[in-house]
Amino acid sequence: MKTESRLEKVLASGALAVTSECGPPRGAVPEKVKEKAELLRGSVDVINVTDNQTAMVRMSSWAAGILIRQLGLDPVLQMVTRDRNRLAMQADIIGAYSHGINTMLCLSGDHPHFGDHPMASNVYDLDSVQLIQAVVKMRDEGKFQGGKDIDHPPKMFVGAAANPFADPFELRVMRLAKKVKAGVDFIQTQCIYNLDKFETWMKGVCDRGLHEQVYILAGITPMKTAGMARYMKNRVPGMDVPDEVVKRMESVPKEQQPEEGIKIAVETIQRLKEVKGVAGFHIMAIEWEEKVPEIVEKAGLLPRPEV
Amino acid sequence: MITAVRKPMEEIIACVEPYDRILLVGCNECVSVCSAGGRKEVALLASALHMHFMKQGKTMDIREITLERQCDPEYVEELVTSVDGSDAILSMACGCGVQTIAARYREKPVFPAVNTTFMGASERQGVWSERCQGCGDCVLGITGGICPIARCSKRLMNGPCGGSTKGKCEIDANVDCAWQLIWDRLKALGLERRIEDIMEAKDWRTSRDGGPRKIIREDLAS
Repeated sequence: MKTESRLEKVLASGALAVTSECGPPRGAVPEKVKEKAELLRGSVDVINVTDNQTAMVRMSSWAAGILIRQLGLDPVLQMVTRDRNRLAMQADIIGAYSHGINTMLCLSGDHPHFGDHPMASNVYDLDSVQLIQAVVKMRDEGKFQGGKDIDHPPKMFVGAAANPFADPFELRVMRLAKKVKAGVDFIQTQCIYNLDKFETWMKGVCDRGLHEQVYILAGITPMKTAGMARYMKNRVPGMDVPDEVVKRMESVPKEQQPEEGIKIAVETIQRLKEVKGVAGFHIMAIEWEEKVPEIVEKAGLLPRPEV
Repeated sequence: MITAVRKPMEEIIACVEPYDRILLVGCNECVSVCSAGGRKEVALLASALHMHFMKQGKTMDIREITLERQCDPEYVEELVTSVDGSDAILSMACGCGVQTIAARYREKPVFPAVNTTFMGASERQGVWSERCQGCGDCVLGITGGICPIARCSKRLMNGPCGGSTKGKCEIDANVDCAWQLIWDRLKALGLERRIEDIMEAKDWRTSRDGGPRKIIREDLAS
């Protein structure tokens, strides 16, 4: 075991892991964080806390993570390289770890263009691959990125994202290989709606034996409405929503669409459980956290293992 | 070359309005090539200012000069006589030219008439695109001749990110994904495997982050 991370323990036990996420509030409302996290208690192993997602200012990931830790739950510190340089990122990693946060996700982050501060400087001192390298170096060598020794190095279980649906597709397995080379421990993928394409990607991953070097958690986002399906298909970069999924959401009356969305999510999990190399699921129910327990239960992923 | 675009007329007018005699200085180098501040643009701006102030009932004395190179003290010296007869200097050069004038003629206010934008290349007639950010440690040799720092919106050194769609950047469908271009070029060169080489965290000291930069060539310096 490299760390004390609950996620690492669950994955090492051979059980399918279940992770979810909680977007922090856009204001000083700690109760909101706690409410959202409580909805997930018992249904998931760890809870990702997003970092200024879609480039909108929110409560910081480490601060919301501490609130979740205080509830006795396990947060995953998400960190984008867009907002801070390597000094600030390493400082936050030490700080978060000092508060019992031992799992993190390294991301480049959405460009400020998408958010409500498009006038902000985008830092990108490091990219996501280089952040993985930095955190692994902190843990395994006890050294800062700059090379000096750390007094009590933080031992983070290190994750990253992968998007099998972005272009160029032929490069997507190689890009994962690069993150593996950088030392990443687990991957949470982009939301999967095009299962055939995901399975093609996973085959490429397994053919290179990468599934034996990194745990891959398949990304699941239940859709609330046909409108959301259309929006994700047409407007969200790097998202692949096939026509038949949109049609299926449109085929039921509006009031039954949320239920249909849940059904699709559950079916997706059930099919992907059988796919070689899938080590668990990352359920991102955007502003719909209350539905996560139902999805997890219907997908036969309960009870969560005690580790 | 260094590219620039002329500032909005209102902004230029607001700068020069308090004065009666303006020395309008163009530059025959980059800004001339990108049609922002060469001889022709100096003449156009001078007439536009004349017209504006005439309508206001004010006669503005505008003297036009286009120097060979405004970022070179040797050429800026040529302004010596004309500066005396003017109240302010309006420069159509890039920021380097404006500062060379400001350093030489300390008692005269100098205003930029253009916004210096980027180091770029000409794509076709009338279109220039950013190509270099002068990071001081060129990586073009390993990225197939396409710069990820200048051309990836997130200046990712190990791209592409998950937002690359059909060869375009997530921020704008009119912006090429630099990493798609790099990938295509590496493939054309038969160097696909190179995409898996990790580019280590960059040392930004050679870029702007190390403080203002200077080149001293001992063999040339006097």
